Amino acid sequence: MTFLHFSILFPFLFAVFVPFLYKKFRSIHTGWFVLLVPVLLLIFFLTQLPVTANEQTAISTIDWIPSLGIQFTVYLDGLSFLFSLLITGIGSLVTLYSIFYLDQKKEKLNSFYVFFLLFMGSMLGVVLSDNMVVLYTFWELTSISSFLLIGYWHHRKESTYGAQKSMIITVFGGLCMLGGMILLYLITNTFSIRETILQADHILQHPFMLPALILFLLGAFTKSAQFPFYIWLPDAMEAPTPVSAYLHSATMVKAGIYLVARFTPVFGPAPEWFWIVTLAGLFTMFWASFHAIRQTDLKGILAFSTVSQLGLVMSLIGAGSLAFQFDSIEKNVSIVAITAAIFHLFNHATFKGSLFMAAGIVDHETGTRDIRRLGGLMSIMPITFTVSLFGAFSMAGLPPFNGFLSKEMFFSGMLSLLELNTFHLETWAILFPVLAWVGSIFTFLYSVLIVFKTFGGKLQLEKLPKRPHEAPFGMLVPPVILAVMVLLIGLFPGLVAKSIIEPAAASIYPALYDFHGEFPVHISIWHGFTIELLLTAGVIVLGIAGYIFLPKWKAVYQLFPYKLSLNAAYNNLFKMTGRASRNITRSYMTGYLRDYLAYLFVFFILLAGGVMAYKGAFSFHPAESAPIGIYEVILAAVMIAGSVTIVFSRSRLTAIIALGAVGYTVSLFFIFFRAPDLALTQLIIETVSVALFLLCFYHLPKLQKQERPPGLKIRNLLIAFGVGAIVTIIALSANSQRAGETISEYFLKNSYKLAGGKNVVNVILVDFRGFDTMFEITVLGIAALGIFSMVKLRKSKEGER
Amino acid sequence: MRRTNRKTNDVILQTTVQTVFFIIVIYSVHLFFSGHYTPGGGFIGGLMTSSAIVLLLLAFDVKTAASILPVNYLYVTAFGLLAAIGTGIGSLLYGMPFLKHWHGPVHIPFLGEIELATATLFDFGVYLVVVGVTMTIIQTIGETE
Repeated sequence: MTFLHFSILFPFLFAVFVPFLYKKFRSIHTGWFVLLVPVLLLIFFLTQLPVTANEQTAISTIDWIPSLGIQFTVYLDGLSFLFSLLITGIGSLVTLYSIFYLDQKKEKLNSFYVFFLLFMGSMLGVVLSDNMVVLYTFWELTSISSFLLIGYWHHRKESTYGAQKSMIITVFGGLCMLGGMILLYLITNTFSIRETILQADHILQHPFMLPALILFLLGAFTKSAQFPFYIWLPDAMEAPTPVSAYLHSATMVKAGIYLVARFTPVFGPAPEWFWIVTLAGLFTMFWASFHAIRQTDLKGILAFSTVSQLGLVMSLIGAGSLAFQFDSIEKNVSIVAITAAIFHLFNHATFKGSLFMAAGIVDHETGTRDIRRLGGLMSIMPITFTVSLFGAFSMAGLPPFNGFLSKEMFFSGMLSLLELNTFHLETWAILFPVLAWVGSIFTFLYSVLIVFKTFGGKLQLEKLPKRPHEAPFGMLVPPVILAVMVLLIGLFPGLVAKSIIEPAAASIYPALYDFHGEFPVHISIWHGFTIELLLTAGVIVLGIAGYIFLPKWKAVYQLFPYKLSLNAAYNNLFKMTGRASRNITRSYMTGYLRDYLAYLFVFFILLAGGVMAYKGAFSFHPAESAPIGIYEVILAAVMIAGSVTIVFSRSRLTAIIALGAVGYTVSLFFIFFRAPDLALTQLIIETVSVALFLLCFYHLPKLQKQERPPGLKIRNLLIAFGVGAIVTIIALSANSQRAGETISEYFLKNSYKLAGGKNVVNVILVDFRGFDTMFEITVLGIAALGIFSMVKLRKSKEGER
Repeated sequence: MRRTNRKTNDVILQTTVQTVFFIIVIYSVHLFFSGHYTPGGGFIGGLMTSSAIVLLLLAFDVKTAASILPVNYLYVTAFGLLAAIGTGIGSLLYGMPFLKHWHGPVHIPFLGEIELATATLFDFGVYLVVVGVTMTIIQTIGETE
């Protein structure tokens, strides 16, 4: 176990001690202890920077279940390094923020930080695991801890609803992903991602490739809130704001992006991958940015904007998968898309984290997040305003913030699709930049909306639950750090480009590892007068126009009533599956024993009869059977008469006596077939059971002529006839097809020699197979005890009442 | 088994039962012991014994029968099971597999050479269980109103 393993397990181990720290040090906010974890991990990962910056990797393995090929392998390359940095870096800031956000006295801090650390550890596990099964384990742990965190205020209905929704959707995706992993395992015979990538060519020709691809994408899309699975993310905003900032903007929703990026070397060359990922991403980006504008809740806007930005990144990774179609790296236009994806991923984490924290501050200090009630906070909360401005302008893609750079690269990535002529792109390619551009206009619009609806305009003091004032210093530190990063990276992208972004891009497109020339994509604030710059100018102009005329065209949203929304579809699906399963269960679980018996018998007829018919097992050789004597015929006639009497008798007494007659006939049969022990036993047992029947009869009401629907009678008749016929057929066939010699010869020969008895039946019962007898008498004993306790206990129960 | 308030004089029945009871018991013991060589054995013997006791129940009533034979039949069942399992365990003590029976001639004072088998002990367990079970069932149901 190396430090890499420890970095994953450290949050889990620390989580164990959190409740003790909480109980022991009541006066100190538990968050201060927890803060240690991400900070130490961040420092550790920063020490790994030289490794990945030189496009090298670190790896370490522990056996977990080696017999199944499951090793806990931790693998650190550019991509995992970027994610680890985000997780621990934003994690530190969010922990710091939560110390000031969550009240020490009112909140159950112990559970909050336990869930939080669980999440952090499992997220690190997701991005650092090389083994798919381990990845899946951590993947589900993120789902579970996210579920716990969303439902943190579990007494609120919205929280539990949101938690349940996110759980169902992400676990659905997680299970799909597991299916994809198993399919990949069947193709490659390994769970290791690195070894899978090496077999990429083999995978692409395999018939399981497409199902595996789709299952993987289902997992990634549900986790990363892509269309149509994004619906859980806006509802997850019921979580405390630090959680929203951490999980639902910076880390967990990027797990799906990570997965897509990680498996791009495997599936990237397949055209389906490109089409699905790019189109889903772009459409998500457009759809969510369009719908973000109608939201009135600050966090709601941010949730939709997160969905939209994730779609942007997703589409870029999809476009980047085209890189696998090129032979030479220098001319490869899709590398820009890969780099843009990574860069925007990083930028999004910074500005979205700061925006969420700012929204949390506004909520904390004014008591509301409704933008219709907010306004004019610019002069009251200047620092929060500045942070929001930086974040929002970066999100809108304005210079000089980092969002501008990645947005420019996004445009060039989408425009690069125009130059390609693989996968029939020439006809449809224009769709990509257009969708991207329109989506960006809406992005600009809602970014402006966030800032100016909250901080601009007039202060409406009477609508605010609290008197607003600037947040405490500690709460401001994390968003300010992020905002500074937004600006710094915007101005000096070289800070991260060489060390973080390029290695990450290289791990998505491994050919870059072997390429030792100049990195083919340049990230800088000024590219010259390009078409991308023109597009950004268009975004700004149209965005401002859209903002000014917003009240005029807002009516467009009337076209999307709630009834047609995906949420309504989800709720209806939920309701309908519940109702349908209830109806199905009710339709066959009637509560009538006769119905259940009918199912049993019908299945018996179908199974036994079906197998007989299918296998052609019926055979009947009358010649081999013994001759039938006159006594057998007479006894059979008596038995048939008795049975018919039982079935058709109107009174219970007749039925009981007829049953006795059948029983005694059976014992006569035993006599004729030379089984004296059986005959004796049958005689006595029949007498006893008839006596017991008579006893019951005495207490029972008269046998009633039951009024049943005639269909039921026919059904019962058919079933009874079927069972009888099947049993008869089976018995006849079995009798005609003896497989080999019976072992009775042995018993006959050896009963006296070995057991000292001449009554072979009894010797078998007590000696050769005494074990059966022992448990048969045990059964008898249990029956007696059962009757005894049933009769006696019922009495005492009545006495209690 | 139905108790009525009306007193009837069952003198013939009761006298006959007093005689027949012993004949049936002796027959059942015979069935039990002869089981290894001729039809019979613990099961039938037990059933026969309990049918004799049922006759007692019929001729008298549950209480009288219980005072004639003051036995808790649940214990009889338990003891029977114990005897059956005990024979099995006994063979373990001699290093044999569970329920391995032994048989052979034994010299007993006053009776001389007799062929005995541990299987009979096992059968005795069966006998006790059957008596206990049938009597428990009949007595329990008979006592309920």
